[in-house]
Amino acid sequence: MTELIQQYWQQYLFGTPGHPTGLVVTLWLTAASVGLGFVLAVPLSVARASTNRWLSVPVSFYTYIIRGTPLYVQLLLLYSGVYTLDAVRATPFLNAFFRDAFNCSILAFTLNTGAYTTEIFAGAIKATPYGEIEAARAYGMSNFALYSCIILPSALRRALPAYSNEVILMLHATTLAATATVPDLLKVARNASSEYYLPFVAYGIAAALYLCISFTLIWFFRKAERKWLAYLR
Amino acid sequence: MIRSRNVNENHLQQTRPLTLSSAFLTFALSLDVLRRIGQERVPAIVLFFTLMSWSLCVSAKDWKVIRFGVDPSYPPFESKAADGSLVGFDIDLGNALCAKLNAKCVWVENDFDGMIPALQARKIDAVLSDMSVTEKRLQQIDFTGKISYSPTRMVAKAGSNLLPTAESLRGRNIGVEQGTIQETYAKIYFEPHGVNVVSYQNQDQVYADLKSGRLDASLQDEAQASIGFLRTPEGEGFGFCGPELQDPKILGSAAAIGLRKVDTDLKNALNNALAELLKDGTYQTIAKKYFDFNIYGN
Amino acid sequence: MLFEGYGRQLWNGTLETIQLALLSLLLAFVIGLIGAAAKLSRNRWLSFPAMIYTTLIRGVPDLVLMLLLFYSFQDWLNRLTDALNQQQIDIDPFVAGVCVLGFIYGAYFTETFRGGVLAVPKGQLEAAAAYGLTDWQVFHRVLFPQMMRFALPGISNNWQVILKATALVSIIGLHEVVRAAQDAITGTSSKGAYHAFFFLAVAGLIYLILTTFSNLAFMALERHYSIGIRRSEK
Repeated sequence: MTELIQQYWQQYLFGTPGHPTGLVVTLWLTAASVGLGFVLAVPLSVARASTNRWLSVPVSFYTYIIRGTPLYVQLLLLYSGVYTLDAVRATPFLNAFFRDAFNCSILAFTLNTGAYTTEIFAGAIKATPYGEIEAARAYGMSNFALYSCIILPSALRRALPAYSNEVILMLHATTLAATATVPDLLKVARNASSEYYLPFVAYGIAAALYLCISFTLIWFFRKAERKWLAYLR
Repeated sequence: MIRSRNVNENHLQQTRPLTLSSAFLTFALSLDVLRRIGQERVPAIVLFFTLMSWSLCVSAKDWKVIRFGVDPSYPPFESKAADGSLVGFDIDLGNALCAKLNAKCVWVENDFDGMIPALQARKIDAVLSDMSVTEKRLQQIDFTGKISYSPTRMVAKAGSNLLPTAESLRGRNIGVEQGTIQETYAKIYFEPHGVNVVSYQNQDQVYADLKSGRLDASLQDEAQASIGFLRTPEGEGFGFCGPELQDPKILGSAAAIGLRKVDTDLKNALNNALAELLKDGTYQTIAKKYFDFNIYGN
Repeated sequence: MLFEGYGRQLWNGTLETIQLALLSLLLAFVIGLIGAAAKLSRNRWLSFPAMIYTTLIRGVPDLVLMLLLFYSFQDWLNRLTDALNQQQIDIDPFVAGVCVLGFIYGAYFTETFRGGVLAVPKGQLEAAAAYGLTDWQVFHRVLFPQMMRFALPGISNNWQVILKATALVSIIGLHEVVRAAQDAITGTSSKGAYHAFFFLAVAGLIYLILTTFSNLAFMALERHYSIGIRRSEK
């Protein structure tokens, strides 16, 4: 067991320069997916909460598909499935993009977290007290001003507990990148277990590291809630 | 704290009542039982006796049933047919051995890197999956006598002029199956010199990425690559690159059946059965079905 | 042929997925009830381990837990039966999968039921006790139906998660839909470039159908458990 830790501790945490593995890769995957998912979700949630059917129906179709299928299937589709299509191989940009396992994983995670976050934010937008919107319209605010000054700040605050949940679930979901050969924490644990035949130790170390990151994220979100939901205390 | 996703919207309408309380009675009973647990010291003992009297399927120590672990992504040694059944040289050989021992063969599918942990956890009794005998493996498990021999060779796109050396492969991606001797070889000789070694869960995935272009080369058993990939329509445009790799310490000397170290009786039984198969020609008949050369080696 | 001869395997995989999900749901439900009772108990020897259990399980990704428990499970059982000088109890992969999934999602159900129990107004329980109802009657007639109403969205969420987690179980070797699709892809790899996309899309569609039906079923259940409750808006 000590041999396993001695040989693999570096790979578990940060890997070698130029070839990062383990914890850093997991954190990078989580940060990238969550960040891009957030950027994707804000406009989509506005569309989803809109009364205009031409906007809300396509978005709800997208969230329905993504939330109804497992992330593993989505990842496999984007990693193995898409790359076999001739159209993708023919276009040089798409070919280069889907060739890299990392890109495929981030794309799959972004689309997935985007869908869930869209639903969370849309629910929060719909829960905005109607009086605020009436008042904003009475003041003559344009649609853009209405959204950016009144609706979105309060909706994002309201969505914070559910969103923090979503971020932690996304951290858990990044373990799937290991099945697409991305060298994240789970892949290193798998390598260690395969070399030393000690599955419990290898996966146990990975579990402990994930636990640490989860606790850190929870602590961070508690602080955020203290700041942004201070009016509820 | 942490909840599950999929927030459902609530809709309320009057409707006919469903009768579900009987189904939930059992669950409610368990809740009731636990309320009493806090007051009495019953459960631990109850649990023990339940476990002890609970004998489901039993693994026979007199070897009437032998569970073989196999990773069916390695044709012609082992693979899956369209109807889901296992076919291959190892499968036929295993069935023949069981017939000789008057035992029932149970084939358990498992990923290759999980074979030895599964063997040690007694999920399976033997590993018959083209596993080579190496010093490292001998530290953990035991092996029967040789059942086949096939060297390691590299496959790449025909005409790519790649060689199985670190210099030639520098900066390129080479694929291996996780847990194999080829992975160990690549990690020792290639990875420290700037070659990107990618491990996959099974050999099918290696070939899939080789075909799609994500990998520049792959390292595996020569007979498997030749019959299971290159001679199929799949393997068009690919070929062997470079000679067979030599390193008996890492690549082993032959493939054999893996066993737990304590199961010496099973080892002797299998060795005797194997000797009989070799003597009466059954082995050769089976081998001829899959290989047009001598797979047993010298 | 639509599925190139793999239709039967896909169908078997779907059935196995449904069986796996339902049995895991059952196990997780029972574990959740027990866990919630333990967590709400005043006895520290019960509530502390229950808290450790939910915190650990929900803080570690499912895939890591599955891989961790899949081999360890059989190993621990072996040690137990060895220590008791009993014959080894074989756990077949399906049962192992059910146990692992049930154990993991039992933690999520514990939280759901705990939230549900806490949401029932305490005054009702006090009044029921004041009327002389036995503990069992209080539970069966007052606490449980109302707890179900609050817990039902959580249960439905957890069910959807379990259903999609069965896709992960293919990684530890069980023969469900995703594994069937992957076998189909390997088996038909000579038939053309689109087959990988096709079979994976079929697997996704199967899951979509299953989740849609689950949604409808849970909507019906919610209607049943919300009978007599007036909604605040509309």
